[in-house]
Amino acid sequence: MVGLVLVSHSPEVARGTAHMVAQMVGEVEVIPVGGDPEGGLGTNPDGIRAALQSARSEELLVFMDIGSAILAVESVVEGLPESLRSRVRLVDAPFVEGAFAAGVLASTGAGAEECVAAAVEARTEPKLHDA
Amino acid sequence: MAAAMEEHRAELTQLDSAIGDGDHGTNMHRGFQAALERLETSEPSTPADVLKVVSMALVSKVGGAAGPLYGTAFLRASSALPGEGKPSAADVAAALEAALQGIKQRGRAEPGDKTMVDALEPAVRAARESGGEGVAAMLRAAASAAAEGAEATIPLTARKGRASYLGARSAGHKDPGAASTAYLLAAAARALEAS
Repeated sequence: MVGLVLVSHSPEVARGTAHMVAQMVGEVEVIPVGGDPEGGLGTNPDGIRAALQSARSEELLVFMDIGSAILAVESVVEGLPESLRSRVRLVDAPFVEGAFAAGVLASTGAGAEECVAAAVEARTEPKLHDA
Repeated sequence: MAAAMEEHRAELTQLDSAIGDGDHGTNMHRGFQAALERLETSEPSTPADVLKVVSMALVSKVGGAAGPLYGTAFLRASSALPGEGKPSAADVAAALEAALQGIKQRGRAEPGDKTMVDALEPAVRAARESGGEGVAAMLRAAASAAAEGAEATIPLTARKGRASYLGARSAGHKDPGAASTAYLLAAAARALEAS
């Protein structure tokens, strides 16, 4: 099973996105990691590491919002033991739409490859069709 | 270094308010205070271990891009130092070079992007060229090149981080990351001169 870890600068964005994905896709592990260790805006590498270590899913897709969230995730993953690192993939996709698309696929039992493809496609999927 | 971050906290935050999110001084201060505390409790025995402890503290406690970037820099520098004995000037130059490569790789930044690379790259060059005058003199040369490099970021247009979204409006301001890099190297040079 594929699970999602959502890393945002904002606790509310991470929690809100996780809530939305969970509501709409059902039985998929979705772990939000938002804000700095004090709960303010920022990133929390220790929290990211803890989320990855505690996740139950065999494969983990990590979504990041901007800038230092990406750097923090990369730093943390570089320091993970190989057994865990090989289960983790960083996804280059829009945060909300990408997580949603990947979550839908994951809920069908799809593998990481397919979930990532769906998330990446969310970047080019038009929202308005009358342009 | 912790004292330097305390001293320049307001200035770094002010630089970051101009083109960033205005927390670089506070973040760096918090990170280096945490590093001090961890050094006191863990009592590392070699310079390499000291840098490693500092690296972990910075990654954990400096919110924002500076945490992973400086954390990577200190970790790579630590790996470049010998496991025992006093590091030679060549070891320190290699550590600075490793720190630079780590920051470039982690941040995918090149010279001219208006980042800490613009301070650290000339510092590494100056360190390599200082030759034969000992570690303190080498760090002094590196710090002075870094300060010049930081000044030289003023006219640049940012191509990384939050400032890059400002485009041409980021020109005219010194990059806060380049500024903190210069202060950290100056603090390292002062510490060695005093010891």
